[in-house]
Amino acid sequence: MTQQGVRWTADQVLALAPDVASRKAGSKLGAAGSWSEAGSSDEGTVWGLCKGSGSRPYQTVVDIADAAGPAYKCSCPSRKFPCKHALGLLLLWAAGEDAVPPGTPPDWAEQWAAGRRRRTAEKRAAGAPGSASGAADPQAARRRAERRAERITAGATELEQRLADLLRGGLAAAEQAGYGLWEETAARMVDAQAPGLAARVRDLGAIPSSGPGWPVRLLEECALLHLLDQGWLRRERLPEGLAATVRTRIGLPGSADGPAVRDRWLVLAQYDTADAKLTTRRIWLHGTDSGRTALLLSYGAAGRAPEQALPVGLALDAEVAAYPGAGQPRAALGKQFAPPAPTRGRPPGVTTAQAAARYGEALRDDPWLESVPVTLEEVIPVPDGDSWQLVDAESDSALPLTPVAVGRPGLWRLVALSGGAPVTVFGECGHRGFTPLTAWHRARGGTVTLC
Amino acid sequence: MIRTSAPVEAPATGAWEELVTAALLGTDRRTPPGGTPGQEAPVALLDTAAVQTVRRRAGLRPAPAAERPEPAPPDPRPALPEAAARRLALLLADRPGAAGGGRRGTAPDLMELLPQWLAAANAHGYAAPPEALPALLDAARGRTDLRPAALVLAGPRALWLARLNPDWRFALRAAPGGGTALPGPEDAERIRQLWEEGLFAERVALLASIRERRPAAGRELLAATWATERAEDRLMFLDSLRTGLGPDDEPFLEQALADRSRNVRATAAELLSALPGSALSARMADRAGACVAVDHMRGTPTIVVEAPHQCDASMERDGVVSKAPAGRGERSWWLGQLLEAAPLGAWSARLGGRSPQEILALPVADDWQGELHAAWCRAAVRQRDAQWARALLGAPAAPEAGGPGAVSLAERAKLLGTLGAGERADWVAGFIAAHGLSEAFQLLGVCAVPWAAPLGRAVVDALEIARDAGSYPWSFSGVMGLAERCLDPAEANRLDGLLAVPDEAEDASPGAGGYWAEAFQRLVTTLRLRCAMAEELGGRVG
Repeated sequence: MTQQGVRWTADQVLALAPDVASRKAGSKLGAAGSWSEAGSSDEGTVWGLCKGSGSRPYQTVVDIADAAGPAYKCSCPSRKFPCKHALGLLLLWAAGEDAVPPGTPPDWAEQWAAGRRRRTAEKRAAGAPGSASGAADPQAARRRAERRAERITAGATELEQRLADLLRGGLAAAEQAGYGLWEETAARMVDAQAPGLAARVRDLGAIPSSGPGWPVRLLEECALLHLLDQGWLRRERLPEGLAATVRTRIGLPGSADGPAVRDRWLVLAQYDTADAKLTTRRIWLHGTDSGRTALLLSYGAAGRAPEQALPVGLALDAEVAAYPGAGQPRAALGKQFAPPAPTRGRPPGVTTAQAAARYGEALRDDPWLESVPVTLEEVIPVPDGDSWQLVDAESDSALPLTPVAVGRPGLWRLVALSGGAPVTVFGECGHRGFTPLTAWHRARGGTVTLC
Repeated sequence: MIRTSAPVEAPATGAWEELVTAALLGTDRRTPPGGTPGQEAPVALLDTAAVQTVRRRAGLRPAPAAERPEPAPPDPRPALPEAAARRLALLLADRPGAAGGGRRGTAPDLMELLPQWLAAANAHGYAAPPEALPALLDAARGRTDLRPAALVLAGPRALWLARLNPDWRFALRAAPGGGTALPGPEDAERIRQLWEEGLFAERVALLASIRERRPAAGRELLAATWATERAEDRLMFLDSLRTGLGPDDEPFLEQALADRSRNVRATAAELLSALPGSALSARMADRAGACVAVDHMRGTPTIVVEAPHQCDASMERDGVVSKAPAGRGERSWWLGQLLEAAPLGAWSARLGGRSPQEILALPVADDWQGELHAAWCRAAVRQRDAQWARALLGAPAAPEAGGPGAVSLAERAKLLGTLGAGERADWVAGFIAAHGLSEAFQLLGVCAVPWAAPLGRAVVDALEIARDAGSYPWSFSGVMGLAERCLDPAEANRLDGLLAVPDEAEDASPGAGGYWAEAFQRLVTTLRLRCAMAEELGGRVG
């Protein structure tokens, strides 16, 4: 495959937009009239001049060759990232060679792209010695880690006490106590430097108002929190893999120091979740040869999209290294060998029964696991009262959709795509049901994002 | 929830229930099952619950399947080309609230292009990609003007979807018979059944579709049950005979002239008067002929008008309304109706073998000219008489064509509708060249899209003149919007000279040049976009 590769689709470009307004503004600029002197190079640089409201056109450059997602530069004053000009330019590029012909970049574009690639290469080269210099004072680092572990232990012990008090007085009483109780406890866990515990405690607060069956869910979550506390307090006696999982769940930082696995990674899904402080982006990858599924996590400040963006339907030839912990899908993207390119490949699928079993097995390594990534093959979306199911085409068993998935517009795209016939769907399968994220066209083979 | 697998040990489920109860009430009030001695009760409860929770989750099994819906009917139409499918997604993504902001800038208004795109895609006979159907249905839900074309593109699968989502019920209402296809003309049994038992809307749709293909069969269907229909239904059914109206319909319409309902009688008379060879037309020609004559005794031949003195029963039977609206003289009101219904072809013989042009050029005595010419306009539109319409329109550059003459802009637009597309475009082009754009909006609306080359050039020239005259472009935003949608995309290159900001003339409105450049840039961008859209669909946007 050439460096230039195949051009992306408009959907894949629009997936880069930080918000809905940018999507719209970018779509409008994705027409030839706004642009002049546009072009793209074999190295994966795309450039163009966009007529704005001022007298000088904006200079827009995009480097699409980076596996960590495209990089952008634009002379416009917008603080959106990528700005509408970068999106418009990529849309134009996606539309074909008429508007953005292959060529040699002008100086202003070439300088930026070359500088960027040089810096990336330097950073990569400096990566190994850099981590060594970080551990320049191993004594001090160890002391810091010990102090933090003591704080967490104190926090976990306090949390155990609070859980015991809660169960002594009864969950019904907790319903009346309301949200404040949990917020305060969560703040205590933040002080204890255990962000994982803090997040779980905060989630507990929302359960009493989450509809019928809440006592069961609250007891389950309290019990799993208790299990995590106990895991931490007795981590020395756990097998190494499980201990690492506990550390990750508690919220201790890890580094992706697993062995690098080179593969052709399909981008299966990308979606964002946001809370008051943070936007979290999840990207699911599937290794064509290894059969592994990996999760890339990236973060952005509240209201801003994380920078890493890999549109669904692309495949990248790259190395991926796992974070520590048994049963943890999280990984980091390492060295890439070619820019991402569209693919028609799709992962092999399983039946609903196999998917449920896969979740059950995964709990062995990580009992706190909410769901596992699964590709279901030959399933039909079927209405079931107020909810929906994915039914095996060949048997009579079905996975219900999660309440979150039922409320999304993606559900209707999936139903429309299926038309009552079997489809292949990738998603997350867990104890609350199945959340579809991506589906594939039966005939065309293209992807349809559902999240 | 997914069902938990059948418990291996029977007490497991019961034990879990007991745990939940104990947790809910608190261990102070209820001692939980199990637990090791020496352990605090709440901790023991949490221990057991943790084991049970993981155990329950690990044992989850799929649920039994609910009843599967019937699969969507197959859609044999070819799929949209991929580029066109992406374009559709973009056009639909632009929909909600895109109009925000006062100034429109140089970017095209994608939403305004959606109707055109839908029409072009339907003309090619493509089917919408299934994953685009939800967005398409949402768009059609918000804009009723998009519905017919959107639902055609969406096809049978959209109706299948609409049955699953109450938000899209409108699609089922819009499609007659809740989406079941209308029977073909050969399926006599189903036609009869639907006609006799169907809902009113279904029957109207059925009649319209049959009438379109086989006018006679449609009329016979209606005649069979005519006597038993309710008056307001008769009116609607009679109105659908407008499609495919021909001499064969005369006996049926003649009979409807004796209907109990006045509205039905009036509609029947109107339809008959649109048939120049009908007996009613002949009667009307006699009545009207008696009122209008050429007086040769004056210096120049002059038309003299003698309005009818009464409205007799036979006139009323032929659809003449005897009671004049407030503020109109009875006699001129009757005259107008007679002239409107009389066949125009008869006037030449009646008025000395003159052509329509010559007749219209004759002076008219006693201020009857306005009344007379206005009635002839209505007659020309009703009878779709191009020769008279041409004469009534006159030369587009004539001075009275621009002013508030006898023929209003609305009437002129209707008269233009009786001419062929080419002639219509030429006339409007001539009108714009002579009178500018200020009155042109309504006339442009009746021209075929894309505009013929002379018309497009006339509009662009007039816009350039308006710019040079120093006004602001938003005084012409209506025409500008039409031009974006209707100008032939091939004209885009001619506009290159207008894109730059012109030097500001002394008497020009401040900053107008910049706004004009922006407006022309948007025009060119939109034209290029339409060109690209047409290419993606594999043809011209028509």
